[in-house]
Order: sequence, then C-alpha cells, then structure tokens
Amino acid sequence: MTATSSARAVLDVEAIRRDFPILATEARGHPLVYLDSAATSQKPRQVIDALAGFYSTCNANVHRSVHYLAERATTEYEAARARVQRFVNAKIPECVVWTRGTTEAVNLVANAWGDRHVGAGDTILVTEMEHHSNLVPWHLLAKRRGARIRSVPVTDDGDLDLDAAIARLSERPKVFALTAKSNVLGTETPVAELCRRAREAGCVTVVDAAQAVPHGPVDVQELGCDFLAFSAHKALGPMGTGCLVSRVEMYDRMGPWQGGGEMIRRVQIDESTYAEPPLRYEAGTPAAADAVAFAAALDYLEAAGPAAIHEHETRLTALAMGLLRDLGIRVLGPSAPERRAGIVSFEVPGVHPHDVATLLDGRGIAVRAGHHCAQPLMRRFGVQATVRASFYLYTTEDEVRKLADGLRAAMEYFRR
Amino acid sequence: MTVPEPAFDALYRELILEHYRAPHGKEPLARTDGKAEGMNPLCGDEVDVAVEIGDSGRISGVLVDGRGCAISVASGSILHDLVVGRTPAEARRILEAVKATLQGGSPPTDLDLGDFEALEGVRKFPVRVKCALLPWTTLGEALRDVESRNGRSGGTT
Repeated sequence: MTATSSARAVLDVEAIRRDFPILATEARGHPLVYLDSAATSQKPRQVIDALAGFYSTCNANVHRSVHYLAERATTEYEAARARVQRFVNAKIPECVVWTRGTTEAVNLVANAWGDRHVGAGDTILVTEMEHHSNLVPWHLLAKRRGARIRSVPVTDDGDLDLDAAIARLSERPKVFALTAKSNVLGTETPVAELCRRAREAGCVTVVDAAQAVPHGPVDVQELGCDFLAFSAHKALGPMGTGCLVSRVEMYDRMGPWQGGGEMIRRVQIDESTYAEPPLRYEAGTPAAADAVAFAAALDYLEAAGPAAIHEHETRLTALAMGLLRDLGIRVLGPSAPERRAGIVSFEVPGVHPHDVATLLDGRGIAVRAGHHCAQPLMRRFGVQATVRASFYLYTTEDEVRKLADGLRAAMEYFRR
Repeated sequence: MTVPEPAFDALYRELILEHYRAPHGKEPLARTDGKAEGMNPLCGDEVDVAVEIGDSGRISGVLVDGRGCAISVASGSILHDLVVGRTPAEARRILEAVKATLQGGSPPTDLDLGDFEALEGVRKFPVRVKCALLPWTTLGEALRDVESRNGRSGGTT
C-alpha cells in the first residue's frame, strides 16, 4: 500500500484492497460490494496476522506470571496501549483503558465516575443523535441516582443545534454525552467547541468517537474532552475490544467498577485495595491478542494517513449523494459531503429499507437497513428506518455506482 | 416496467406485491375486544393488531395498523383474510401453522393457508422470517388480550 503521512496523499485503493482477503468474496454470485463499514470494518491481513501471531508466538496471560512468554505477552499488550495513546495523542499510555468496546467504555464512565458525581435532581445532557450506546448507560445512571436527562436537538440539516447546546449547558448539567460523528447521518459535530463550553460550565464531557477514530485524525488533547470512547472493530481491528481514553486527572474522581483479578493491589477475605488505573479498570483476563491486533490496525491506518482516508471518503460521499439525488432519493443529514464523510443514510421512495437491502443483497451489495441503534434520531426525522451505505479506505467509485444502479433497479422492481 | 431480478421473484411474488400495494385489514373496527403492539427490534418496524369478536364468538374484524416492509405488510394483509370469520381457537391453529411453515416445519395438511403459500419463499431468506412473523406474533398477543379481558369481565358479572 501507499505509505505516506502527507495530508494531500491520495490512497492507492487497488493496493489497499489486495490487503483485505474478504474483499475477494463472491456474494450471491456477484463480487462482494461491502458498504457496511460503519457497522464493522473489514480487516487487512496485517491485523489477521497479528492476531494469529500473538497466539502462535507469545500467548500467555498478561500482568501475572514471570515466565518468558508471560513477559512477552505483557510487553506486547502494553506496547499496544502506547500505540493507541500515540494514535489519539493522549498524554500518557496510562490514559488508555482497554474495554470490550465503545459500549463498555461508556458504561465504565457512567458507573465509576457517574455514581460518585451525579445525584438526585442533577442533569445529564445528551444529544438527539446519540447511538444507544451513549444513551442507555445514562438512562440507567439517571434511574439509579434520580437524575434527569436533557437533550440537544438536531436541526433539519442534521447538525447539532449549537444555540440549544449552549443554552442547555448554561443549566449546569453534570455531564455531557455527545458523539463526535453520527453513525446515521455521518455528521461531524463541533466537539472541541462544545467541550470548551462544557468545561466553562463545569460539566464533564464523554465523547463517543466510535465513528470518528476510524475515519479521520482524532487528537484527544485538541478536542479537550474528559473521556473518549471507541471500538477497535470499526477501525480495522478485531471485534470485542476497544478503549476508554481519559484525562488522567479524572481517575482521582472515579471509584472502582468491575471487581476481579488484575484490578487489585491486595485482597483479604473481606476487603480489597485496588491497582492504579488503568489496570484498576481491567478486571479479569483482557483480550490481549485483540489489543495487539488493534495496534497493527492503527499502524495500517497511520500508514494510509487518516487525512487521506477522510478525503477519499469525502469524494465517495459526494459521488453517492449526487447519484442518489438524481434518482429522487432523500438523503438525511448535512448537505456538505466533507462534514459527513463515509456515511450516507437515505429513504427510497415507495420501497421499505428492508426490501431495498434484500434487493441490493441479491447483487452482492451489503448495506445496513434499520434504525441503526439510534431510535430517537429516527423519530426526529419521522422515519422508522433508513438504508445506510458506508464507505472506507477500500471502497471504490465503481462500488458506489453499483449501489446507485441497484437502487434504480429496486425502485423499478417495486413500481412494476 | 419489469426488471429481471429472478432471485427475488421467489420472495416478492406478484401476489405478495398486490397485498403490499393494497393491504387488507385497514378498516377501523366498530369495537376492540383485544389488541397488541408488535415491534421488530431489528428494523424498528411497529405493527398494531386489534381484533373484534362478533356475537357468534367468531372474529368479526381485524385491524392491522403500522408501517413495514413488503413482506410484513403482505403478511398482515393475508392474516386479515385468513382469520376473519374464525373462532379465536381456529385463529390460533392457523397462527401455529404459519409459524411452522416459516420456520421450516410442516404445517397440518388439513389447513388451507390460502394466499399465505405465496410467502413460503421467505424461508430462503432467514433474516426476513421475522418480518413475515411480526403481524402473527402480535395477533397471538391480541388474542391473549381478548382472553384476559373476558376473564376480567367474567369476574365482575
């Protein structure tokens, strides 16, 4: 693949595609057209090899035994933590806690921080475009603590309503849970500005970066958030692992969460003391091989260049939006492709999203149809479900054209 | 204009598309004797099923209300046609036969499932079976609601 960090780099998509064995799949008799990367990305052989490599050469439990393999496994695992730290520019590796993914990372904050700082009558601020994973943990916290939920509405163009956000922040919520990039609309939100305003209002920020980290540069210090959550599997890494990146000062304000091995300092029969973070939040045997494979994924993304990936996705998004508009299809969300790179959600007139997805599937085209785990946002736009096509560094213009051809055929099929 | 999509003609039979374009069971009921709300968490589709029981004890009306895909709308429309005029016990038997058909089992041979046979192609699309089942499982709940309402009124008289 073309390895360069220049912001003006153009991806060598054909070379990249050769790194992804699954892209050679034949689906329903057609070459696979995978347009569901926002649900999970495909994995390059470098990541698959790293996963197999861990089990082939250094498999042992981490942070426990003193033998040769255990030492190798622990070193690799901690090197992966440092790799994440560099990728998102966190201050020190200890800012990074390994979790099962974005969902567990948010649950960790809602419990370990939330239970200590959110009380009866307090406000938890969310946005109307949150994924259920940055919504339901806050519902549970609100129920436990007697707090209330307020939300920042979404404009007709699919942006956060900034004036409303500022007004809500002046009501002094305890925490603001916001997405950096909507998984439905693709909207990139003004995270840095909102975090700055939240900080001025004394409000803690929890950013869902599940769709942001895979698709462009993310600098956690530039964003200025207190917590950042994301998953490995949407960023070329394995499923079932992810990270919570915290401002290191936040650890002083958090209690323990899940108890078990690895998170302790000393255990007696009736009480225990805890390890320092991040290990305090990694109870039990972690997904060490997956962490190591995620480091390989981040190497791959860095070599391709996050800015170049974003530019490539912007180009594909612009192409898709133009082709869909010509077909009379309503695309939800921002009209500017560079502010929604890689994600296009739409409604096909006269055809239900599930029927669209089945018809496209018959041509080997994989899209997502449904509510995308964002039911409040679906209600906001008066739809029950949409079709979502999502692109990544391995998506080609030809694939986007195949999508448009498939949609034209679906519309004609139901019109017959 | 017909587009050749042979793979789908087994799923979207002409009869299914006819039911989808002009579904039955959309008339408001004079009275509701039982109802239920169904939801497919996969796609967010919602369907409300309400039943009216006539003086003879037979189902005299069914309202299938909601938005859905071609498969679930057609299935709801066929449901209406199959259960109106039946007793709740007969409707349950049809419901069980439909479930068995969709889940790959063999339904009783003495039951005529009418237009529902056109939906058998759904079996080849496992993720779509839930779409076809949604109105039927909701009917099952609506029939339970009829029973519990009868139980209550029985207790007060």
